[in-house]
Amino acid sequence: MTDRAPQPTTAAANPPVQPLASNLLPSDVVRASAMPHITAPDRQLTKVAKLIDVSKCIGCKACQSACAEWNDTSPEIGENVGLYENPADLSSEMFTLMRYAEYENPATNELEWLIRKEGCMHCEDPGCLRACPAPGAIVQYSNGIVDFIHENCIGCGYCVTGCPFDVPRISPVKHVSTKCTLCSDRVAMGQGPACAKACPTQAITFGTKEAMIAHAEERIEDLKSRGYENAGLYDPQGVGGTHVMYVLHHADQPSLYSGLPDDPQIAPIVEDWKGPAKKVGLAAIGLAAVGAALHGIFARPLKVEPEDEEDAEGLVEAAERRAREDRA
Amino acid sequence: MTNAWTDIRNTDLVIVMGGNAAEAHPCGFKWVTVAKAERGAKLIVVDPRYTRTASVSDYYAPIRPGSDIAFLMGVIRWCIENGKVQWDYVKNYTNAAFLVRDGFGWADGLFNGYDAEKRAFDMTEWDYQIGEGGFAKTDPTLTDPRCVWNLLKAHVEVYTPEFVTNVTGTPKDRYLKICELIGECSAPDKVMTSLYALGWTQHSKGAQNIRGMAMLQLILGNIGLAGGGVNALRGHSNIQGLTDIGLLSNMLPGYMTLPKDSETDYPTYMSTRGNAPLRPGQTSYWQNTPKFFVSFMKSMWGDAATADNDWAYDYLPKLDVPYYDILRTFDMMAEGKVNLYFAQGFNPLLSFPNRGKVTAALSKLKMLVVMDPLTTETAHFWEHHGIHNDVDSAAIQTEVLQLPTTCFAEEDGATVNSGRWLQWHWKGATPPGEAKPDTFIMANIFRRVQDLYRAEGGAFPDPILNLTWDYADPMEPTPEELAKEMNGRALATVYDPKDATKVIAEAGQQVPNFAALRDDGSTMSGCWIYAGSWTEAGNMMARRDNSDPGGMGTYLNWTFAWPANRRILYNRASTDLSGKPWDPSRKLIEWTGEKWEGFDVPDISPTAKPEEVMPFIMTNEGVGKLFSRKGLKDGPFPTHMEPFESPIANPLNPGLRGNPAARVFKGDLEQMAATGDPDFPCVATSYRLTEHFHYWTKHDKVNAALQPQFFVEISEELAAEKGIARGGWVRVWSRRGEVWAKAVVTKRIRPLTCDGKTVHVVGIPLHWGFMGAARKGFGPNSLTPFVGDANIDTPEFKAFLVNIEPASGEGMA
Amino acid sequence: MKRVYSAAGDRIVSHDPLIVRRYGPFTRANHWLTAVSMLVLVLTGFAFFYPSLFFLTGLFGGGQIARWLHPIAGLVMAASFLILFVQLVRLNLPRREDVEWSMQIGDLLSGNENVMPPLGKYNAGQKLVFWGMAGLLAVMLVTGIMIWEEMVPLWQDRFPTLAGIPARRIAVALHALSAVLMMLLLILHVYAAIWTRGTFSAMLNGTVTGGWAYQHHRKWLRELAGRQGEGKPE
Repeated sequence: MTDRAPQPTTAAANPPVQPLASNLLPSDVVRASAMPHITAPDRQLTKVAKLIDVSKCIGCKACQSACAEWNDTSPEIGENVGLYENPADLSSEMFTLMRYAEYENPATNELEWLIRKEGCMHCEDPGCLRACPAPGAIVQYSNGIVDFIHENCIGCGYCVTGCPFDVPRISPVKHVSTKCTLCSDRVAMGQGPACAKACPTQAITFGTKEAMIAHAEERIEDLKSRGYENAGLYDPQGVGGTHVMYVLHHADQPSLYSGLPDDPQIAPIVEDWKGPAKKVGLAAIGLAAVGAALHGIFARPLKVEPEDEEDAEGLVEAAERRAREDRA
Repeated sequence: MTNAWTDIRNTDLVIVMGGNAAEAHPCGFKWVTVAKAERGAKLIVVDPRYTRTASVSDYYAPIRPGSDIAFLMGVIRWCIENGKVQWDYVKNYTNAAFLVRDGFGWADGLFNGYDAEKRAFDMTEWDYQIGEGGFAKTDPTLTDPRCVWNLLKAHVEVYTPEFVTNVTGTPKDRYLKICELIGECSAPDKVMTSLYALGWTQHSKGAQNIRGMAMLQLILGNIGLAGGGVNALRGHSNIQGLTDIGLLSNMLPGYMTLPKDSETDYPTYMSTRGNAPLRPGQTSYWQNTPKFFVSFMKSMWGDAATADNDWAYDYLPKLDVPYYDILRTFDMMAEGKVNLYFAQGFNPLLSFPNRGKVTAALSKLKMLVVMDPLTTETAHFWEHHGIHNDVDSAAIQTEVLQLPTTCFAEEDGATVNSGRWLQWHWKGATPPGEAKPDTFIMANIFRRVQDLYRAEGGAFPDPILNLTWDYADPMEPTPEELAKEMNGRALATVYDPKDATKVIAEAGQQVPNFAALRDDGSTMSGCWIYAGSWTEAGNMMARRDNSDPGGMGTYLNWTFAWPANRRILYNRASTDLSGKPWDPSRKLIEWTGEKWEGFDVPDISPTAKPEEVMPFIMTNEGVGKLFSRKGLKDGPFPTHMEPFESPIANPLNPGLRGNPAARVFKGDLEQMAATGDPDFPCVATSYRLTEHFHYWTKHDKVNAALQPQFFVEISEELAAEKGIARGGWVRVWSRRGEVWAKAVVTKRIRPLTCDGKTVHVVGIPLHWGFMGAARKGFGPNSLTPFVGDANIDTPEFKAFLVNIEPASGEGMA
Repeated sequence: MKRVYSAAGDRIVSHDPLIVRRYGPFTRANHWLTAVSMLVLVLTGFAFFYPSLFFLTGLFGGGQIARWLHPIAGLVMAASFLILFVQLVRLNLPRREDVEWSMQIGDLLSGNENVMPPLGKYNAGQKLVFWGMAGLLAVMLVTGIMIWEEMVPLWQDRFPTLAGIPARRIAVALHALSAVLMMLLLILHVYAAIWTRGTFSAMLNGTVTGGWAYQHHRKWLRELAGRQGEGKPE
């Protein structure tokens, strides 16, 4: 092992030929699930992002194929259900999926086939991480990548409820939650994600978030020149921005793209559940316990006195007698 | 491709018609996205379906399968009528001014000289008026009514927008919008590129579809320019290499042709291949054919090929028919005239039309040898697989041998891409099991056959016994040895013809290029166009320097492109008559006053004076041909022809069926639906999907998961009419067979109105069979007609008639 | 004398000293099974709810096993409680004296039990625990099944809305809320047993002293004595 791998700048970079140490270390974790107090990293990695330009995407599924190959998953050989989506949904064996929407644009009277690569958005404020009960099962590195650490995952599925994009899937075999890792293992070696590497039209690009935003701006300008007045970048602020971003021709209507959330946020109920509920619950339970203890200490216990026993015997005798008399 | 994949980025307008580049060529399509993103280029798609290419297009128009010629002739008519002609180009670089013989004519959808009996034209009159010195007469003023330009104008007169939209079903506003977008590219500094593939070739008039676009590109002045050209996106990896090295029944390497029966000796053979220039001072490069031919014969038979025996001319087989293409071969097989068949690297059972006939033909063989890396359906054609291969195994006596071969990734070698780049690759994995390279298998068979001839003699053993076989291991020629042989080497010292003291190559040295080849037996070259690919400097195909000094994407130090490492054919035409680039910002080459120089290898003699030698050096005329003379069997201009199976009659002549010059075998016409057949009201077309490569990738689990099951695509309107549910089963049948598929109901296919009729399109992708990881299914060839293009017999897979109905399950009504 | 305040099996087992049987062995086993499964649920549930208590999963061999065990324990508890419920439900139905008793709860808490109205086998507090447990358990059972990841594939096609993520979010929140409420009930239940001396023996050996019965459940004791007098203690 020699040098540390460089930070990735482009998906087109070739792999290093000499052995390199990872540039993504446990100490680069800035947030970890169920671990509210972790040591702040001693360095800040440059924020990275994957930019998916749907206007360049031809829906070829090379990204899906590369994803399955790199992550060594075995997506199910399913059925055709009358659509181009295959497999039919994300799964623990398929971390990314092309979604196809046929849209008749009322403004232009043109048919548009809006194709979107679905997968983990790598939120700056990840709902999955907030929902996760297992310490260190979901981590966020200082470069923005949100990764699932399978050794720590307990397979409870809370992340599923936490995610505003419906991305995590629990493996029915390994019982761990799975999703796109943004190829953190490749990124650690100075590479872009496998999907970006495989994308033939460079619809998927990878680099620093800053560079990707700059690139997106060029693309948006081009789209506007072609009549897509509402072209724009999808980097939803409701989750603090994302490290997977889209260039959309219709950024005013993200939901046209097979239900991409218009304004994704961590569901309030999840926020309440993982936030106030814990405190309120703890407070209530604590108060009850303390109240009981105090009562136990200061209030007189309900004790049975010897005279009670005598009264009881008297009552029993009386009752038995009366019963016997009634029977007679 | 006239141009290169990387050159697409230089274009202003991409028209994808007769292809689906994004879907079938996603990696090459990258350059379209680059052109769009970096140049602001526009993309037009004309296709029966709103394809994946259309999904990233700027403008889309639907078209009825098999009506492309009407569309293209209509665009030409529109351009002429609206003055969208690059006049300097047309006048100087095309045969617009050439005068045509008086006998040539066209009426009622037919050119002169048609013989219905022979299904052939007498082409005598399809030629120029020849004047003094054997040169063609011209009228540079374009006023003579017999000049090509005026004949063309008259020819396209019928293709009014009304006619075109009536035949194609393309909405008129969309058609006219596309005419306008294309017309803009007649400006000298605006360039359009055409990307097409099997959507144009797999028709009974496929060659004429492509001719139509070539003519349009000449009129717009877009051939030879960066970002222009007519670009065939080849359907198979290395299919370009297949045609280059002559693996067609009538070809020799480097696009030379095999002799016919009538050409009994070498002088007779060469007399029709002399290619004297038809205009003064023109290059007519095919005049060098003897050099290439003799060098080829020396590579084949070495010392046994001598001047005295006409370079072993008698060793060559002579054709009794124009060619033994797959249709003829399988027709003969079906008649029991073939005993042994080698299916090397292809899968006829799913790739050739009319699967019923293919199965019957294979069943009549004595032996079938399948050489393939995968276990193909063809190798199992005799095996019963339910409805997916419903044969009676006991009744089939064909012996089948499977010889597992390596696949491209398991061997070194060169693959030729559509842009004619010979890209050397290195073995990436060890072949599994007993898989052997094709060369090993062929060498072993050859050596054994040769031993038999040596031992037992035979009618004419000489070509076999004398075949050059000087490989280090005769049982396994290496890719390096074969590559060097194709490049060629000097057998004796070769001198510069202009300076007899200057040595070009010493005996035994690799030739530097094909200009070094000689017709005196002093050189050998297995494939003249590959000369320069492995020189004394080494393996040029293995070069990987992607520097691009001109910024034009020519990458001259990246691998090797034939011919002569030239990246853009006819690039001399990228400059005006004086040699200045039409568009200085896209300079490929220019005339310095002394010679041609630039960022590409000039496609002209480096010192040929610009006003004298015209750019199209491979033609006898020196110019591009709007009128193709006798080049194509079905006419010097494209004329609208209906597919053999069509929902409407040919409006030019309702009596015509299909291509009048296409060959039809006995019994096949009877298996075709009649024109407008009410039993088969839908037009079907076949195609590939990105998720798969032909019938290979269904063997791979990941690809199989991405597109697991056979389906057909239909419009919402047809689904509603027939009661078909999205994702439900349907049965689709033609006069030749039936298939069951899942229904993809989509807005991306819409019914068209043609000749007053509603025409529904059924899209049938081709990736399923009964072997491999994906679900068992069918291919479109269960349905397609057994007929091909009039010139090259590519089967008509892209337009045929079917019917469709909902089914309660696979194999059920 | 018809049983109004007592259950089958409740009887006076000895007169000197006066000992009354409150719970038979089956009921006690049933109760303790419920209690043990509840303990497992509380420990694992707390581990999932409070990161600082995640270490508790170590008691069961780690997070994966705890995640696997929790819903199973939940089912065991639900089944066990259901059996308990059937046995106890009749005497937990509310009665008029429960209202009076509840109004005077302050007296009880300050130790003046003597002024409380006489009761049958259960007081209103015990009934609150009983019905509260039953209701919360039902909620937890339903929400728990909804978020039982391994089981979702078995039913999601039939109830797609319930399997949907919005429904699951509500389910996890309700599950947690119910758990908190149940904890409060549990504290009440356990503390009441501690505070009311002499109670534990009811669930340990099944009997209470006559004085205990007289003090807290006088009508129950009177009925048992009456039945004893009639000669049909069982």
